[in-house]
Amino acid sequence: MASISAQHLYKVFGRRPRRGVDALEGGATRADLRKQGLTPAVIDASFEVKEGEIFVVMGLSGSGKSTLIRMVNGLLEPTSGSVTIDGEDVTRLTGDRLRAVRREKVSMVFQHFALLPHRTVGENAAYALEVSGVGRSEREKRAAKALEMVGLGGWGGSLPGELSGGMRQRVGLARALASGTDIMLMDEAFSALDPLIRRDMQDQLIELQQDLDKTILFITHDLNEAMRLGDRIAMMRDGRIEQVGTAQEILNAPVNRYVADFVQDVDRSRVLTASDIMEPLQGGAPEGAVVPAEAALADLFADATEHEQLVVQGTAGEAVGTIRRADLLAALRTDTATSPTDGATPGSSTDTLQPTGGAA
Amino acid sequence: MNENDSIVPRIEIGEWGDTALDWINDNFEWLLDFLATLLNWLVSTLTDALVTVPALVLVAIFALIGLLVRSWELAVGTAVTFLLIIAMDQWVTAMQTLALVLMATLVAILIAVPIGILAARSDRVSAVVRPVLDFMQTMPAFVYLIPAVVFFGIGVVPGVFATVIFALPPGVRLTELGIRGVDAETVEAGQAFGATPRQILRGIQLPLAMPTIMAGVNQVIMLSLSMAVIAGIAGADGLGKEVVASISTLDGPQGIEAGLGVVIIAIYLDRVTAALGKPGDYPHSLLGVLRRRSGDNGGGPDGDAQDEARNRIEGGADKGRGLAQVGL
Repeated sequence: MASISAQHLYKVFGRRPRRGVDALEGGATRADLRKQGLTPAVIDASFEVKEGEIFVVMGLSGSGKSTLIRMVNGLLEPTSGSVTIDGEDVTRLTGDRLRAVRREKVSMVFQHFALLPHRTVGENAAYALEVSGVGRSEREKRAAKALEMVGLGGWGGSLPGELSGGMRQRVGLARALASGTDIMLMDEAFSALDPLIRRDMQDQLIELQQDLDKTILFITHDLNEAMRLGDRIAMMRDGRIEQVGTAQEILNAPVNRYVADFVQDVDRSRVLTASDIMEPLQGGAPEGAVVPAEAALADLFADATEHEQLVVQGTAGEAVGTIRRADLLAALRTDTATSPTDGATPGSSTDTLQPTGGAA
Repeated sequence: MNENDSIVPRIEIGEWGDTALDWINDNFEWLLDFLATLLNWLVSTLTDALVTVPALVLVAIFALIGLLVRSWELAVGTAVTFLLIIAMDQWVTAMQTLALVLMATLVAILIAVPIGILAARSDRVSAVVRPVLDFMQTMPAFVYLIPAVVFFGIGVVPGVFATVIFALPPGVRLTELGIRGVDAETVEAGQAFGATPRQILRGIQLPLAMPTIMAGVNQVIMLSLSMAVIAGIAGADGLGKEVVASISTLDGPQGIEAGLGVVIIAIYLDRVTAALGKPGDYPHSLLGVLRRRSGDNGGGPDGDAQDEARNRIEGGADKGRGLAQVGL
């Protein structure tokens, strides 16, 4: 088992940051703290990442998401609050005990890859094993296997400088995979890549995750990426987590104006899936074109033009629900955001929803 | 004597400094003696070695080093200019100077790099070290001869001592700069995977800072050479002594030839150490060719993608800036 839990995390930069936390708890705003020369980066953040889940923290630059992820593996120490990994409080660990957590439990993928340019791809992939003192032949074997998994088999002898950006990040991913930790932190891991390659990498991550079942904390500023990857998403603004929920919940029931404005431009036809908007089957054998439950709405239009009603098929091949043509159109109306009843019934969405290929 | 007498008292800093030197000389005689013996042995052994090898063989070796690390042009230039030193009958003095410079550089690096590492890791150390370096760099170099001669008498040892103090600062500064300049995310990666501070230093920071540290070594060598004449005043054998002698007798030809010898050694050492710091800039060096040949065997499966992606990140911004500070 491997899960992350954060309780009331605060990170304030500046001199004597503790007083900033006290002020914030007393109701002070970020602007108030700035006047005292303090910069609050993360304010009262609490969240749980469940085992085998991709949890995405989504926020614009300056929202504190990078600070947040760095408190999970102790690169930054929280000013207040705690992070527990598998029930163990890691926030106050130092020295060897902190290093043990990093070696055995939590690995990380970086925005700008952070590879060692003077070492080969294979040596980079084996880096985590090398610092933990794993023998050469063993770590070469595991690194080669990890490179194979990310599609870089045979590249072990090259230098990172000889690879393209997407390939370099695959090495970064292989390095984290080779370490064998159950938890992976991904800090804007695909943000530095161009859009086509970013999409490839997202697909690859989803595919890998189906086999590996890692617990992943993924940071991004790209909402479409968040919706595509995240089993659950935390929306972050100005250091605070505004809302935590599935893509579906955030689209259909934004908690405030900010989140609503933010998600209004999302391509709903690609984020929502058939199971999100279907009417659960009430019994009987419905008629119509059969579509898979995890199909994106965009992929339903071809069938919907031919048939008035679509039958949604579950993973076992049984019919689980129906979608009428009008439901499909209604689901794409952006003002459904204000009336959650238009889309799926809340009850069905929470337990059947699998946004895009998460842990099934 | 002075109209300020009544207001600002005369502070005898010079006297105090001199007293401190005497005190050190009296109380640390054993240490100074040990240093003197060690340095003397190191320099004289290296000098003997350089002088014992036939001059023409040594010229060939120097040229080969030039070819290995940089280019055939440097190899040819080296051969021609070092033959000129022989032709000017300055070979032995030139080798004495070379031995002094190399030893002083070695000692300076051994001191400078660890201090630079400490300064890079701690803002406090850095804040303490910086003014000391400023002091060392701006104090007129001749002044170092006073403690040098007080401690070590006349000869090569005070020359090395004064040279080390004068040449040390850029080694410290550029080591600190290089380590602080290493990409923060890469260092974070080391931490995130559980590397110890020592593993991060050896595996990430020092290798990535190496071009900058080598630029520091280059500067140390250049400053050492600029001290060659001053070391000559302290009685160290070599080109510097020739120059000093030529000044006292107003011997033009001797001064010109010895001075030219310093210039030739300076240019050679500058070009070699600059190339060592940035091997990627010299693809046609013998080492570069050899490395590429072995690299092609172990490379990836797709040659096209490799070529496309093989973009070097280094700029040649400080190529050859080494000589600028010497003021030769």
